[in-house]
Amino acid sequence: MKSDHHLILRVIAKTLLPLITIYAFYVQFHGEVSAGGAFQAGVVLAVAVILYALIFGLAEAMRAVPPWFARGLAAAGVLIYGGVGVWAMVQGGRYLEYQALFNEPPGGHNGQHTGIILVEIGVLFAVAGAMVSIFYALAGRVAEIRDEDW
Amino acid sequence: MTGDMMGEASTSIISVLLLSILFVMGVAIAHLRNLFAIVMLSGIYSLVCAAWYILVDAVDVGFTEAAVGAGMSTAVLLGAILLTSRNAEPERRFARLGPLAVCIAAGAMLIYATSDLPAAGDPASPANTGVGLTYLQINWADTGVPNVVTSVLASYRGFDTLGETLVVFIAGLAVVLLLGFGERSLAETLRKLKKEDKVP
Repeated sequence: MKSDHHLILRVIAKTLLPLITIYAFYVQFHGEVSAGGAFQAGVVLAVAVILYALIFGLAEAMRAVPPWFARGLAAAGVLIYGGVGVWAMVQGGRYLEYQALFNEPPGGHNGQHTGIILVEIGVLFAVAGAMVSIFYALAGRVAEIRDEDW
Repeated sequence: MTGDMMGEASTSIISVLLLSILFVMGVAIAHLRNLFAIVMLSGIYSLVCAAWYILVDAVDVGFTEAAVGAGMSTAVLLGAILLTSRNAEPERRFARLGPLAVCIAAGAMLIYATSDLPAAGDPASPANTGVGLTYLQINWADTGVPNVVTSVLASYRGFDTLGETLVVFIAGLAVVLLLGFGERSLAETLRKLKKEDKVP
């Protein structure tokens, strides 16, 4: 792309980026049994995109994750979260009452698990989308990070 | 018993070590004028903070600090540096005496207040006896989720978390509305550069 002396940085980043992304999903779906959860996973996922933007340039990152997608992701996350609440209401429960999702008696955990997983997916989308949007808004004002800037 | 004592002693030694690193780093950040160095140091500051949180068994808090403090805010601040100059203006000699007095007064009050805090891990502390203990007792039968932090966050306090998610969403929305969508200004800059033949 530009000068060659970023080669090591780019190669290492290329190997790290998939690991960071997979780690974000691990944190997301392992949040029920260990530390972490959707907020952290969303931030880690956003950081993967931001790292890509810092190293390969903002235009490349915007081609990979378009800004409209990031904005839509944030909105979709909030909608998913709110939608679970509405689903519980449609089933005759109160807003966000996971027990009512499948009309289970107390002690049945399917509704709780489904509700928590859906809600956490909503949080993941909202956090990742909002963070990437914030970064795009901040970094989009300069075309490229020139070497002499550092 | 001696093993416990040894463990406790080494924990407090590491704790003192980490906290003194934090103190030194805070002084260094206050003295530095190079914004890039300050951002990098504050990232490391968050990382050391996270290590200390893990040491006092606040794993979730430590994880969040590492992800948000060391990862996200460092990246966003790096992006923000591009919009401004690389160095802060040099400070006048005694301009910081007022803030220093405020800091010392606030610090003295906080240290005075710590005498009322329960010891770390005290089973009789309010955090461990009230609603926290109830959650630990009823969580498994109620939700079947092993991690109580997750079940409190997403199930018992699901409404609060909805509010938090909305806050994050609104924060993103506000920044986008204030600064403009990134791609439009990027396209404009690219067009300007193309006109000057700097970009193929």
